[in-house]
Amino acid sequence: MSDAGSLQLTTRGDREIVMTRVLDAPRSLVWDCFTQPELVKRWLFGPSGWFFVVCEIDLRVGGRYRYLWRKDDGTEMGMRGVYREVVAPERLVDAQIFDQDWTGGEAVSTVVFTERDGRTTVTQTVLYASREARDLVLKSGMKEGMALGYDRLAELMASLPAGGVE
Amino acid sequence: MTPARLDATFAALADPTRRAIIARLASGEASVSELAEPFAMSQPAISKHLKVLERAGLISRSRDAQRRPRRLEPTPLAEATQWLERYRRFWEGSFQRLDALLEELKAAEKKHGRPRR
Repeated sequence: MSDAGSLQLTTRGDREIVMTRVLDAPRSLVWDCFTQPELVKRWLFGPSGWFFVVCEIDLRVGGRYRYLWRKDDGTEMGMRGVYREVVAPERLVDAQIFDQDWTGGEAVSTVVFTERDGRTTVTQTVLYASREARDLVLKSGMKEGMALGYDRLAELMASLPAGGVE
Repeated sequence: MTPARLDATFAALADPTRRAIIARLASGEASVSELAEPFAMSQPAISKHLKVLERAGLISRSRDAQRRPRRLEPTPLAEATQWLERYRRFWEGSFQRLDALLEELKAAEKKHGRPRR
């Protein structure tokens, strides 16, 4: 398990985040875990305390999916998407949006599964509506700990590209 | 926090000038003219940005009637940042669970053979 287990987050261009994770299993299995509701339900719900309320997948081009999660304190988080490409077990593309539209519009997710020596690299590229949305996701997401103080927040804001007013 | 409020927060933060204003206010309250200084922008233009931030509950006005300095309101920002933090935690937590699920599926395949779909 050399490179397995650690999540890599990088950027590409202005509007993309690329996330890479190695899994110790053949890609046909990994594909199933990403696309079959009964399997998705068993892992895709974040840190402990969260659980699935709705997990519906219509796996075909133009088909929709709907995920709704709830935390034990009652907080809910939901997202929905439409599949644009479904190429088992290699490539899955969808246009997605969170119920709380904090990314300023739809994002397009491309997940590519590559297998080598029985292990699968999952590369998910998410293309956001704007550079600002992408940077908010990335810079904030990098920070550990739930309570960000003002200082760290100021750092975060200052580190975002200045740009002009659109 | 309601989704509508979160929407307002993120919409307000989606603009680089407004983020710069927030960053400035993080180091202490400031008047409109002080806030306008670093930007090549008129005070009315800055006031427009301030109005958006105010409506999102991100800033408020102090009582000082003369300067009416703006100051940062901590709660909505903290809530927005917390929400974003979930993104990474979400995937890290999920992938760890997926590791375990894949081990289980591999073991089941070894035992029973892979079911053909």
